[in-house]
Amino acid sequence: MSAATVTAPRTLSSRVSPLATVRHTLTLAWRTLVQIKHNPMELIDLSVQPIMFVLLFTYVFGGQMAGGHPTAYLQYALPGIIAQNALFATLNTGVGLNTDITKGVFDRLRALPISRMSPLAGRIAADTVKQVWSMGMLLAVGIIIGFRVKTDVAGVAGALLLLVVMSFAVSWVSVLIGVLVSAPEKVQIFGFATIFPMSFSSSAFVNVHTMPGWMQAWAKVNPVSFLANATRGLINGGAVATPVAQSLISAVIVAVVFAPLAVRALRRRI
Amino acid sequence: MTYAIQAEGLVKHFGDTVALDGVDLAARAGSVLGVLGPNGAGKTTAVRILATLLRPDAGRATVDGYDVVRDAHQVRQLIGLTGQYASVDEMLTGTENLVMIGRLLEMPRREAKARAAELLERFELWDARDRAAKTYSGGMRRRLDLAASLVGRPSVLFLDEPTTGLDPHARGGLWDTVRGLVDDGVTVLLTTQYLEEADQLADEIAVIDRGKVIAHGTPDELKSQVGGQVLQVRPVDTRDRETVAGLVSMVVGQDIQIEGDLVTAPVSDPGVLPKVVRHLDDAGVLVDELALRRSSLDEVFLALTGHRAEEPKPEPELEGSPA
Repeated sequence: MSAATVTAPRTLSSRVSPLATVRHTLTLAWRTLVQIKHNPMELIDLSVQPIMFVLLFTYVFGGQMAGGHPTAYLQYALPGIIAQNALFATLNTGVGLNTDITKGVFDRLRALPISRMSPLAGRIAADTVKQVWSMGMLLAVGIIIGFRVKTDVAGVAGALLLLVVMSFAVSWVSVLIGVLVSAPEKVQIFGFATIFPMSFSSSAFVNVHTMPGWMQAWAKVNPVSFLANATRGLINGGAVATPVAQSLISAVIVAVVFAPLAVRALRRRI
Repeated sequence: MTYAIQAEGLVKHFGDTVALDGVDLAARAGSVLGVLGPNGAGKTTAVRILATLLRPDAGRATVDGYDVVRDAHQVRQLIGLTGQYASVDEMLTGTENLVMIGRLLEMPRREAKARAAELLERFELWDARDRAAKTYSGGMRRRLDLAASLVGRPSVLFLDEPTTGLDPHARGGLWDTVRGLVDDGVTVLLTTQYLEEADQLADEIAVIDRGKVIAHGTPDELKSQVGGQVLQVRPVDTRDRETVAGLVSMVVGQDIQIEGDLVTAPVSDPGVLPKVVRHLDDAGVLVDELALRRSSLDEVFLALTGHRAEEPKPEPELEGSPA
């Protein structure tokens, strides 16, 4: 007599159905979101930091940038701040994944009869929700202190969608780093060291024509510029087609390069 | 005889390191198999293979007849795993952790909640159920981890060093829990560095050292394999120590050891005990302690490996992790 009959007679399934995969992913996304309840620091990360950035750029740099009219600069910079914030937010994925691996949560999940992709998919789904939250936060704070949407709801929705797509692509870089480094803090360090210079050497905060020639050359092909220009076009009006296409192409390239690397690294680590 | 866990010739390399070098293990259904060995012996690697987390480079293993590589999904429906380091989500409460597992195991919400409540009560975590696990003590976290591995009512449970780092009280509590599970018919594979733990819980023990099983059998078989028993005599008056040593040495005819006021000697014939008593009586020596006990597993380990089992010390790195 086997132990299985002693404890609980059971019929075993031989695979995970697609519907079950969706359920597992949603359960694990819920898990990532409910964590916020017990870690208020994360809420500060998601809300206070973006707000601080908006206020800082408007009231500290704004006057100097726009000849004494801070809100005029806010109108220019907010789409850039939103783009930069979206990139920073992708670090959540790598940090969370690394924490799960180093703490052993990942092993527990993988020893369960659940879809193999759901732990990662659940995390990315939850991080997308966080993305949308902090984008909304930025826009709301901007509007309170004088930012105006010059296009329409469709433009804002388009910008959100584009940012979510770009974030999804970049989160594969985050996953790769999260798998490779030994501690969650290192994801942060690595992320800041790349995203900071990338976003400041782009059109996110200034017109690139004010930069020296060599930097202009870089800024014009910097994917963050594409994203900032597209977001600006969709919210403030102006050129949309070209920067959106450039952004999408960048997103595809990033995903095609980094998704396989990340998946391979993950398979190897665990 | 039905084996709930069976492994044959498991081999696993990490780069140049050989973690497992042909390991055979077998646990009868409803029994406790203790896998005993020092840090880095390969215990965790073996558990990770059996729990479908790692593919062996060679060899095969089955759980309730299902192959851990080919039928991994079926195996995962049968097993529970409690890792060497508590693997609950620290940011979730006790309840949330258990409900999450229940939901992942396809329980309806109501059932997942009921099962979580039942386990929280059973593991004395009810009062802490709504606190994030990061606020739990080490013992509480370990209990929650064990509860998490039981949500799905597994028939085979892997406990990888479940009591490392726990105080003696918490350890005793966990032992009782394991005994209760075995009474319910669960098969348990338990790795440990604590010789006493294997002796207390295991029906059979496999001793692993440097990726190989160097001995296996029941605790009693292992002890007799390395030479029987130990005679201990402690005189009331320490000054009688030399007299006692002389008497014992005469009766036993072997090396004796004196530690403090305790005289010990290895013995293979239990008949020496009455002789020693008679001689002590003739010499008029009063004793506090006079006992014939089996060799401890510590002594067994020393005899088998040539080195003492190392004192367990908490290590940040997972044993056998390739990183």
